[in-house]
Amino acid sequence: MLSRDVEEVVGMRLQLSPEDEAFRQEMRTFFTTKVPQTTRDAVAARRDVGREQYVETQRILNAAGLAVPHWPAEWGGRDWTPLQRHIWREEMQLACVPEPLAFNTSMIGPVIAAFGSDAQKQRFLPATANLDIWWCQGFSEPDAGSDLASLRTTAVREGDEYVVNGQKTWTTLGQYADWIFCLVRTDPDAPKKQRGISMLVFPMDTPGVTLRPIELIDGGFEVNEVFFEDVRVPAENLIGEENRGWDYAKFLLGNERAGIARVGATKRMLADAKQLASEVLADGRPLAEDPRMSARIAELENELLALELTALRVVAHSADGKPHPASSVLKLRGSELQQAATELFVDIAGPLSLASFADDDSAVPEWARAATPEYLNYRKVTIYGGSNEVQRTIIAGTILGL
Amino acid sequence: MDFSYDDEQNALRQAVSGLLARAYDGEKRRAVVAADPGFDEKTWSQLAEMGLLGLPFAEEHGGAGAGHVEVAIVAEEIGRVLAPEPYVQAVVLTGGLIDAVGTDAQRGELVAGLAEGTLVPAFAHAEPGTRWSTSASGVRAAEEGGTWRLTGVKEPVPNGARADVLVVSAVVGDGATRLFVVRGDAEGLTRSGYRSHDGTRVAKVELAGTPAEPLGEGTDDRAAAIERAHSLARIAYAHESIGAMATALSTTTEYLRTRKQFGVTLNKFQALTFRAADMYVSLELARSTALWASLVVDTGGDVVTAADRARLQTSRAGRHIGKDAIQLHGGIGVTAEYTVGHYTSRLTAIDHVLGDGDWALARLAAGVGDHETVDPLGAPYT
Repeated sequence: MLSRDVEEVVGMRLQLSPEDEAFRQEMRTFFTTKVPQTTRDAVAARRDVGREQYVETQRILNAAGLAVPHWPAEWGGRDWTPLQRHIWREEMQLACVPEPLAFNTSMIGPVIAAFGSDAQKQRFLPATANLDIWWCQGFSEPDAGSDLASLRTTAVREGDEYVVNGQKTWTTLGQYADWIFCLVRTDPDAPKKQRGISMLVFPMDTPGVTLRPIELIDGGFEVNEVFFEDVRVPAENLIGEENRGWDYAKFLLGNERAGIARVGATKRMLADAKQLASEVLADGRPLAEDPRMSARIAELENELLALELTALRVVAHSADGKPHPASSVLKLRGSELQQAATELFVDIAGPLSLASFADDDSAVPEWARAATPEYLNYRKVTIYGGSNEVQRTIIAGTILGL
Repeated sequence: MDFSYDDEQNALRQAVSGLLARAYDGEKRRAVVAADPGFDEKTWSQLAEMGLLGLPFAEEHGGAGAGHVEVAIVAEEIGRVLAPEPYVQAVVLTGGLIDAVGTDAQRGELVAGLAEGTLVPAFAHAEPGTRWSTSASGVRAAEEGGTWRLTGVKEPVPNGARADVLVVSAVVGDGATRLFVVRGDAEGLTRSGYRSHDGTRVAKVELAGTPAEPLGEGTDDRAAAIERAHSLARIAYAHESIGAMATALSTTTEYLRTRKQFGVTLNKFQALTFRAADMYVSLELARSTALWASLVVDTGGDVVTAADRARLQTSRAGRHIGKDAIQLHGGIGVTAEYTVGHYTSRLTAIDHVLGDGDWALARLAAGVGDHETVDPLGAPYT
C-alpha cells in the first residue's frame, strides 16, 4: 500500500527546495514567454489546437530540451527527479501549453528507446522527439477494447516483409499522422493470446492503409478507424522481437498513465470556472454567490488538492520508471475531476450551453459555446488509458490483494 | 516538498503501535470501554512514560517540543486500534489551549501534570443549542469580591466526568468569551457522565456559582485561541480517523478474502471488490490531505483553512469507508461483538465532535473567491 512504503530517511517538508523552486520558476518563465501566445490562448479558450500549432510548440520545447525529459539522456532526456518531471508537466498545463504529443513522447518513443535496434533508434528517435514524424496508435480494434490481447489484425511473414490485414479503431488524430505503431497477431497458434502479438511500425501512406474518420457526439473528428488490406511492411520495421509485442504494449501503457491525473489542467479550469461564475448573473446576482455553486466549486477544489498531494506522494515513489500501483488512483480520480470540471462549465453556462454549435456571429460567449461539446467529449477520459473499471480491478487486485 | 517520514518518526510510530498493540489485543478494548472512565488508566500512564502526552509542549513543562507531524503519528496509531484514551481531547485540544493561553504558573502545573500523566484535563465548551461555535453563550462568568464564578450547563463534554481539571469557556459581561480553570472538586460543580455510542465518555457539566480561575491574563476575547485549538485538534482527529479508516479497510479486505458464499470467497464478486477499491481511493486522498495539513501546522501556515480542508476530506472519506466497511461485511458488521462496526461508530463520533464535512465546506465556500488556485507547493500562480 502507498502508506506502507512512505518510509525513507528524508524529513517531511512542505515547500519545494530552493533548487526545485528555481526549477519551477525556470519552467514557468519558459512556458509563458517562449510558446506563442496565440497557441496558449487557444488552449485556454479550450479550442481545438491544429497540427501546425502542435508541431511548432513541440519543436520549441525540443530545441530547449523540454520535449522528452523522461527519455534516456543520449536521446534527449534529462536526468530530472520524478518531482521535477511532475513540476514540468504541471507548469506546462497551468500555462496552457499544448503538451508534447503523447503518441510520440510517452508511447512509441520510450518503447523504441528501450526495445528498438540501434538503427531504429537512429532513424526514429530524433524525428519523434521533434515531431518530424507524427505517430498514431494502432492498438484497439472493434472487438478488442479493454481486452486488448484479443486483437485480430494479422501480420504474415513473406520473405523480407510482413503482410498486414485487419482493422484498428479509436486512432486519435490519425488524420495528422505520418506513421502508425501497431499491435498485430503474428502467431495465431500461440498457447496464450498475449504470446502471439508483435509490434510493427509503418507509414500511413503505405498502399492498403485506409483511414475513416469517426464523428463524435461533440461534432468533432478526433478519432478514426484504420483499415489494412494487404499492407506490405518491411521486416526491419518490427520493434524488438517477434511475438513479444505484448510486453512492449504493457510498458507503453504504463507510461501512458504517467501524468494522466492532469491536475494542472483541471486547476486551470476551476480557476476559469470561478471567474465565469462571478460574471454570469442569476436573477441579477453573480452566480458565484449562490451557496450551492460556491460549495460545489470549493469541494472540487478540495478534491483536486487531495489529488495533487497524492500525485506528489506517488511521484516520490516511482523512481525506477515503473508506475506506482497507486497511479491507478491518479487515473481514476484525475479523470473524474476533469469530467466534473467540464460539467461545471455547462452548468455555469446554463441556457447559454445550448448555443454549442453557433458560429462567431453568436451573442453567446465562446466559453459557453464550447462548454457542452467539451463535456460530451470528456466522457472519454474515464474510458481511455485503461478504463476506470480497469483501474479499480488493478487497485483491488494489485494493491488490496483481492 | 517531501512526504516521507524520517527514521526518528518511524521509530516513534513503531513504539506507539507496539504499546497500543499490547494494550488492545483481542477483547481488551470492549472490556475497557465497558467500565468507567472508558479508557485504561495504565495505558494512559504508559503513554505518559513514553513522553507522548507532552509531545507538543516545551521541555520546561515536561514536554518534548515535537511538531504536529509527530502528534499526528500518535493520533493515527490511536485510531488504528480504536484506543479509547482521550489523546486528541486532552493533549491536543485542552493541553494546547492551556499551553497557548495559560500563565507560566498554569502551564507549570497543568501542562506538566498532563505530560507526566497525573492530571487529565478536559475542555468544557459545547452547549446545547450551539454548533461548533468558537464562543460561549450558555455559561456565564461573573466576578464578585475577587472571585470568578461560573453558572450554566455544558454538554456534551468529552471526558467531563473523569477529568481532574476542566477548562470552561464562558461569556462575560461585555459579551466576550473567556476561559476558566475549574477544579474537579470545586463547589457547585455537578458532573453526570455517560457512555457515548463509540465507547468514549461524555458528560453533562452543571455549574452553579462554581468558583473558577481565569486561564491566562488579561480580558481578551478567547474565540481566536479556541478557533486555533479547535483547528489543531481537527487536524489531529483527521489522522486518528485515517488510522481508523485504514483498519476498517484492511479488516474488510481480509473478510472478502476469507468469507465464503455461493461456494466461493467474496473477493470473486466484482460488485464487492470495486467498492473496496473505491474505499482505498478515499483513504489515500484523505491521508494526503491530513499529512499536508500537519505540515502546514509545522511550517507556520494558515492552520484554520488547512484544518477545514482536512476536515472536509476526512469527513467524506470516513463516512464512505465506515458505511461500506459494514455493508461489505453484511450482518456481522452491525454486531457489537465484531470489530468493524465500532470503527464506523468512532468515525461518526470524530466527524461530529468539532464540525462535520458540510460545516467545513460552508466555511471553505465562503472563501472560495479569495484565491485563483490552491497551490500546495508555494506562491499562488499568476
